[in-house]
Amino acid sequence: MNIIVALIAISLSLALFFLGLFIWSLKSGQFDDPFGPAARMLFDEKREIDQYKKNSLPSEMSRL
Amino acid sequence: MNVKVASQLRCYHCGDTITTAQFKQEEKSFCCFGCQTVYQILKENDLCEYYSFDSSPGINNSSTFDVHYDYLDEPTVQSKLLQFNSPNFARVQFAVPAIHCVSCIWLLENLNRIDEGVLLSKVNFGKRTVTIDYNPERIALSKIANRLTSLGYKPVINLQAKQDQHLLTHDKNLILKIAIAGFCFGNIMLFSFPEYFGLGSDEGFLRDTFSYLNILLAIPVLFYSASDYFTAARRAVLQKQINIDVPIAIGLIALFTRSLYDIGFHVGPGYLDSLVGLVFFLLLGRWFQSKTYASLSFDRDYTSYFPLAILTFRDQKWTSVLLSDLQPGDTIRIRNQEIIPADSILESEFALINYSFVTGESTETAVRKGENIFAGGKLIGKPATFIVHKSTSQSHLTSLWNNDIFQKADEQTYQRTIDRTARIFTWIILFIAAASAAYWFVADSSKMWLVLTSVLIIACPCALALSAPFTYGSMLRVFGKYGLYLKNADVVERLSSISTVVFDKTGTLTSGVSDVSFSGELSEEEKHGIALLTAASIHPLSVLISKSISTEASGAIENFEEFVGEGVEGIVNGCFYKIGSAQFVGAIEIQTTALPRVYVSINNEMKGYYSLNTSLRKGVGEMLDRMKNINLSLVSGDGAADKKRLTNLFPKNAELKFNQSVHDKLNHIKGLQQDSAKVMMVGDGLNDSGALKQSDVGLVVTDDTGVFTPASDGIIHGKSISNLDKFIELGKSATFILKLSFIISFIYNSVGLSFAVTGHLTPLVAAILMPLSSISVVAFATASVNYVAYQKRMLL
Repeated sequence: MNIIVALIAISLSLALFFLGLFIWSLKSGQFDDPFGPAARMLFDEKREIDQYKKNSLPSEMSRL
Repeated sequence: MNVKVASQLRCYHCGDTITTAQFKQEEKSFCCFGCQTVYQILKENDLCEYYSFDSSPGINNSSTFDVHYDYLDEPTVQSKLLQFNSPNFARVQFAVPAIHCVSCIWLLENLNRIDEGVLLSKVNFGKRTVTIDYNPERIALSKIANRLTSLGYKPVINLQAKQDQHLLTHDKNLILKIAIAGFCFGNIMLFSFPEYFGLGSDEGFLRDTFSYLNILLAIPVLFYSASDYFTAARRAVLQKQINIDVPIAIGLIALFTRSLYDIGFHVGPGYLDSLVGLVFFLLLGRWFQSKTYASLSFDRDYTSYFPLAILTFRDQKWTSVLLSDLQPGDTIRIRNQEIIPADSILESEFALINYSFVTGESTETAVRKGENIFAGGKLIGKPATFIVHKSTSQSHLTSLWNNDIFQKADEQTYQRTIDRTARIFTWIILFIAAASAAYWFVADSSKMWLVLTSVLIIACPCALALSAPFTYGSMLRVFGKYGLYLKNADVVERLSSISTVVFDKTGTLTSGVSDVSFSGELSEEEKHGIALLTAASIHPLSVLISKSISTEASGAIENFEEFVGEGVEGIVNGCFYKIGSAQFVGAIEIQTTALPRVYVSINNEMKGYYSLNTSLRKGVGEMLDRMKNINLSLVSGDGAADKKRLTNLFPKNAELKFNQSVHDKLNHIKGLQQDSAKVMMVGDGLNDSGALKQSDVGLVVTDDTGVFTPASDGIIHGKSISNLDKFIELGKSATFILKLSFIISFIYNSVGLSFAVTGHLTPLVAAILMPLSSISVVAFATASVNYVAYQKRMLL
């Protein structure tokens, strides 16, 4: 009997974890543009974004 | 010279048919100078990969004129536009309707390779926007806007853009609510199953665990996901009205309190699965109905058409001044293709004004010094200076917006079928609930509360509430597929009651494209000469003529001269050409129609004239013939030149009005409505905006959904105007399907009520009956809408 209660607790928390993941992905704008990322994948050369992010983003931008 | 081959050549940049061979570079042909320029820019910056994703991905750049973005560098403008601003970092978001393919994304995200100051640009394809991070010390905002324009991606600048953000979060909230309701629904069902299959009496501990977990899971659904229904119901009750939300809110409360009671006193497992499933389905319906066209805007007023800022002479120098700060007495400078933003007086010697915005008539008016010019006119040709004598909001055109119709709140007094039905429904349910409670009070008072809550639970009109969103939502999607984009689902219902359709002429029944025909005789060589001369002129009529002559025009013109407002002259191959107005060429004009004519003489010998005629859109005649049950009428800003052609087109009883001003059009609609007609207005321009707003359904016709359209209930693609009658019939079918769905949900309700009043409503019955009714109504509505649409066989 106790094992069922334990299993329920595990399954529910696992489900809650995925719900949390979904809410995070929604809030962080991953569903805003359904076409763009699929196309962007095909572009070849590096756009040196990481470099740009490291160097030129002012600290205040983190609020955006 | 092979003309046939030339006409089949396609522009390497935009894919349009090439009509002249003037624009060539490295074996690649272009249709116009604009396209070639874009190619050059890309070539210089090693960005020709642009052409590798799609063939001919570019946007035709021939109509792109000089747009002036100097005002973007004004701090007041920037404070409204920039999302973030600091001395060496700024972020701006532009709407770019021209974004249409993978190449567009690629090019716009590589802007930093063309302009160094751009740090990062990111495209949102769904919303057609590009967000640009840049360094204001190294590049001005106006430069970025100019660069986008020169590449063919003209940004649409709207100082109210920040409001759109709000709408977006609203959409996200709905999805969040659905996600939570769906999550809880799934888990509660899981915990409820054992109960339905029968738990042994020795498993009381498990039963309690499941029940309390269910309550925990139902709480966020009731208080977060379903919160909109409670607020809407409360608002309705406070206004002493009953809408569909009232019985839903009553049902939800009955479900929850009854479940708490059942679980608390160990009577049964409660109805929490039904409650949460109900909310989940209702929210799904709301989401389905909220289909919006993110890249279209239905709420534009005149300010979207006017420039945001204007060059004004102040403090001894020319500065950009925001339109709202423009004062009477200011001297302003307007450039080619810019719109005059306020009623003013011409100070330059001469100007050519196109009033097509205001009147719908697409011919130019010549204006001389000292004459009055109305706001909304577009300057063609050389820059000119004007003196403002009325502020923008007081101008002739914009005074329309002071009309009552524009002051009214957007929510109309229109009574939706669903709310009418809901009111009757609610009273019936309350009556049945009271009657059965009274009966059981006498017969077996211990069962009274049980029966009362059971009635309220089963009567919760979930299926009823779902019929409208799914019927109209599906119809909205069908319409969208065939080029009619409606503002929201309510418009479908209003569409079904239309009894009168009023058309505008220019741009609505006729397309912007003109037929050019020559009356007289011309040899190939002479045509060639005319094509060369007209290609050298920027006048819109010249452009039309040179486009209509499909010949490989290249050669030299000597002594070329353009006389503004009159015509052009020049020598080609030793022949002296004069092309222009009758007076200029020296012809005797026989004015039979108001259609513009362009006369041609070669070596001072009259050759004939080009006449320009706007062509009717395809299928318009047949469409008007099919609209037998609907009163038709026409209001046109143009003169009666086309009257004969249009009289043949319309049925005999149709009312055709010409020379109608903006206000006349509005009053025509008002007049029809006073005779209790439900009026649909189909128009295209700013000059129809009053009528569009006044009508019950206002549709705007456009050939390019990327361009500005005035405020309306829907946008219809020019190609689809011939389907208009079918759209109206489909709207009627939708209302019929809605009524059938009501009947289905009533049948389910009666079955459920028979369980409830007799006191036999168990949680299991509720858990089966309620989702079943919802799903069958949704399936019926969606399937039948798609079926009737398929039956119509619409053309596109």
